[in-house]
Amino acid sequence: MEKRLFIKGNEALALGAIKAGCRYYFGYPITPQNDIPEYLSKHLVKVEGCFIQAESEVASINMLLGASAAGARAMTSSSSPGISLMQEGISYLAGSELPAVIVNITRSGPGLGGISASQGDYFQATRGGGHGDYRTIVLAPHSVQEMHDLTLVAFDLADKYRNPVVILGDAVLGQMQETMVERIVHPAELPAKDWTLTGAAGREPNLIKSLYLKEGEMERHNWKLFAKYQRMKKEEVRYEVSLGEDADLIITAFGTAARVSKTAIRLARAEGFKVGLFRPITLFPFPEEALQCLSRRVKRFLSIEMNTGQMVEDVKLSVARDADVHFYGHPPGSPPVPEELLEAIKKVF
Amino acid sequence: MKQVFKRPPTLKDVPFHFCPGCHHGTIHRLVADAIDYYNLRERTIGVAGVGCSVFVYEYFDIDVAEAPHGRAPAVATGLKRVLRDRIIFTYQGDGDLASIGMSEIVHTANRGENITVIFVNNTVYGMTGGQMAPTTLLGQQTTTSPYGRDFLQDGYPIRMAEMLATLEGTSYSVRMALNTPANLMKAKKAVRRAFEMQMNDMGFSFVELLSSCPTNWGMSSLKANERVEKELIPYFPLGIFKERKGSDHL
Repeated sequence: MEKRLFIKGNEALALGAIKAGCRYYFGYPITPQNDIPEYLSKHLVKVEGCFIQAESEVASINMLLGASAAGARAMTSSSSPGISLMQEGISYLAGSELPAVIVNITRSGPGLGGISASQGDYFQATRGGGHGDYRTIVLAPHSVQEMHDLTLVAFDLADKYRNPVVILGDAVLGQMQETMVERIVHPAELPAKDWTLTGAAGREPNLIKSLYLKEGEMERHNWKLFAKYQRMKKEEVRYEVSLGEDADLIITAFGTAARVSKTAIRLARAEGFKVGLFRPITLFPFPEEALQCLSRRVKRFLSIEMNTGQMVEDVKLSVARDADVHFYGHPPGSPPVPEELLEAIKKVF
Repeated sequence: MKQVFKRPPTLKDVPFHFCPGCHHGTIHRLVADAIDYYNLRERTIGVAGVGCSVFVYEYFDIDVAEAPHGRAPAVATGLKRVLRDRIIFTYQGDGDLASIGMSEIVHTANRGENITVIFVNNTVYGMTGGQMAPTTLLGQQTTTSPYGRDFLQDGYPIRMAEMLATLEGTSYSVRMALNTPANLMKAKKAVRRAFEMQMNDMGFSFVELLSSCPTNWGMSSLKANERVEKELIPYFPLGIFKERKGSDHL
């Protein structure tokens, strides 16, 4: 049975986590994501799960590492400064090949910044973020519905690849309330977890580690991880194209920026400007090929972001050489409004 | 002929990489002894700290997770909350536990997490080459306190076992040494007791073991053992600082 809910983005995400079988949550309070730990502290215990308010984000991410090593579906959430503190642990999760879901309901920065929505963490999320040559899968919802649905996807992808998955929301997506449909979930077919630490009963001991000191080991391990990231690029790319067929200009935007762009595009079309949208849903793997295909026909692109220019670099790397890539940035403070984006669109035309 | 001494089966039959005279090997043996004494091998999971402790998985025939520097108690918390009927221990040095990992150890103890912590205090960063640790004694020369540790510059050596004993969440906190056969026997008992506490759901158990590091102390093994007696024990007294008789929640 499909159920309609009128719910906040953060709560839709937390609900999705429980539905995905997440039973362990570790986190530390920070605005604007507190609805997630508050929701889970109330509801996890009802499904025999466990909620710990950790002493810091550093502890949260390492508790997550332990729970994941034990084979459980587990999650942490935080906001930008807290995610910076977790980077060491995320690097260890990637190096030790542990599945984990990490939610970043971003706020603005650098430093303590502010609590308004921002897309300033794009580089941090898509380039690994911590030390070493690794990537995390990055999912970028743009509605309350997707905050819920992509959380279900995140747990499956984490298990499929034994890799951390980041959900990159923002203050607007976390705090806004929308109607959402609670869909029936079918369990995915995933590889068996034969690597977990459960006590070496009747088998050889399992090890969870990222230290490789012997000659050639580290290089082999890095190539192994690389192969995994290549496979993600082949199998996991997600994106949305809307009104692309007749467009003379394509806006590239993700998350809240994409959501506001949709309204701006309606306004522009009403005035006769043929504008479309290309919205990456996976920021890593970035939909390079799809964007490249699109750029064979459309030669003008406008990357709209709530920062001073981050994803635009990936757009430039993806499109055909003769395509023109413009940028409109709205750094955090307040989210952009459609009229403002309409002006930006007109300027490019 | 009756065999009276043998390697505990949980300890793998491989040579240690530890320097001659280092007590890590002895401590490994004590931990393995406790695991086998209670027949826990198939349900024990170790968490290795960073430093000389990290190679725990090379020597123990059990499941092991490697934690980031200082974070072993947090990793152990995650494991234990999922696997409540398994035995989880961390094995950490003084830099790992008392410096970078101070926050994790204090809060894990304070939560009364039902795990066992083996804390190896040799007053120095061993693996990185003998730098000053939070437990380095006043006046002790290390590669980063070349004029000797000075409290005006570096503060005082931290007494972890006493400090953790002050927390309500701690059930067992002791300090033992390995420099004499008598001390070694007491240490063996303490390690067993710590695992026993965990088996009985008694909560957080902590065993600090004064250890020698002849290489980084620049001494022979024998002189290093003498240093434990003459310099370490007077500042880091041996004893049981807390031992709960029953758990809070039972």
